[in-house]
Amino acid sequence: MFGNVHAVTLLAGASAVIEPGAAPRPSCYSRIVNEWVCKDYFVDRQDELVAATKEHLLITVSAVLLGLVLAIPLALLARRFARLEPALLGVATGLYTIPSLALFPLIVPFTGLSRTTVVVGLALYSLTILVRNTLEGLRGVPPDVVESATGLGYSRTRLFLRIELPLALPVIMAGLRIATVSTVALTTVGAVVAYGGLGNLLKNGVQEDFRAQVLAASVLCVLIAIVLDLMLLAVQRLMTPWARSARAAA
Amino acid sequence: MNTFADTWAWVTDPANWRGEEGLWHLMLQQLLLTFTALGIALAIGLPIALWLGHLGRGGFLAINISNVGRAVPTFAVLALLVMWEPVGNDNLGPYGRAGLATLLALAVFGLPPIVTNAYVAVDEVAPDVREAADGMGMTSWQKFGRVELPLAAPLLFAGVRLALVQIWATATIAALVAGPGLGNVITRGFANDDYPQGLGGAVVVAAVALVLEVVSAIVQRALGTSRPDTRGGKPRDTEGGQDARTTDGGFGPAGGDVAGHGVVRGG
Repeated sequence: MFGNVHAVTLLAGASAVIEPGAAPRPSCYSRIVNEWVCKDYFVDRQDELVAATKEHLLITVSAVLLGLVLAIPLALLARRFARLEPALLGVATGLYTIPSLALFPLIVPFTGLSRTTVVVGLALYSLTILVRNTLEGLRGVPPDVVESATGLGYSRTRLFLRIELPLALPVIMAGLRIATVSTVALTTVGAVVAYGGLGNLLKNGVQEDFRAQVLAASVLCVLIAIVLDLMLLAVQRLMTPWARSARAAA
Repeated sequence: MNTFADTWAWVTDPANWRGEEGLWHLMLQQLLLTFTALGIALAIGLPIALWLGHLGRGGFLAINISNVGRAVPTFAVLALLVMWEPVGNDNLGPYGRAGLATLLALAVFGLPPIVTNAYVAVDEVAPDVREAADGMGMTSWQKFGRVELPLAAPLLFAGVRLALVQIWATATIAALVAGPGLGNVITRGFANDDYPQGLGGAVVVAAVALVLEVVSAIVQRALGTSRPDTRGGKPRDTEGGQDARTTDGGFGPAGGDVAGHGVVRGG
């Protein structure tokens, strides 16, 4: 479908070359000019760019949320049953060695060529980082704090929710940020099953030698990663006010 | 599931391993790409990172290269390189179509784990050990070669292994820009609705990734550069320091990846 539009601009460009001045100048993203940075491109293809960005965000956010929802119980399980831990971390790391281009196809038999395939694949990747950091964070809770809370009569659930989780939060959030930023980048590979958000624009752009599109999609990917990272950092600051006052005091 | 039986049949069919487009040829091509790109990344990244670590300076750069690297999709780098005229998608000998772009993109991708691990490894050599070296009258070079480098070797090697496996895995993306390697089997399979082929390609890539991981672990053990803490009796200094950095409120360093290998290796 891009091919047609591109071909039309090509024709418009051609006529402009034959009759300079008479016809409008060729658009800067037409095949003849093919500039890397082109304002017209952003104006004319705004809808397409916005749709791809939304798709990208949707895939990334769902994948990381799914990963987080799975990671916390798994980490708790691994903490409860110490024997499980090496096996769990081994599997998680093993998953990470499967190339993304290979992982999505491996999920296709279960979920088909759909957005779900990409979301599940990316969630599995984020799991590696999230499980490890959740475990690491919980392990970093000072034992005497846990002891005091137990002494004060905290139940196990309350101890976890009110004491351990908040104290582990900085480490868990650090993992969440790493997982999110990696997932934004990996989402592009979803283009292999046609659900790659901005990755679809990259793939099409390369096929059609469409520079403005490739550069715009690349830059947008990096911007999304930076914005999400900063947002998570802000959330972390809000959720751990004591860390800031401690830092100020230090 | 029937798909898996068909996939197995596809992978075990010798006909699919032969020829220009066969699995052997593409696998060798991708291995060649992987090791060349790793070589480039090592040649560029290692001297800089080791030197900075030795001086104890430039930590911000060495650590943050990993964060930047994570945010930049390799697919985007590859796409931009292929469309940028000085690189383009010409054939490059045994590296195939778009060989140069693929090599460069993979080398860039491999730099962060190498640089960050090498820097952290040297930088985290205990200060009292350095002081002892100074006290024995070692020159700066002697201190680097005889003290810092041997102590840094385990973490440094972990970074190289991580880079190796990740470069191999990422090399498949080259197929998305019609480049070389095993990714072609996967994309071709899906483009033609030939699921067994697409899945078969994926299985082969994943299997080689695991083989590389295991072989590099054996090599590391043979070289005697496993993590000190796995041999017992030695302090867990490196790991402790590293974790502290990973969890730093600001930008977490490669931590995730690096620490992960440590954790798995330790267990």
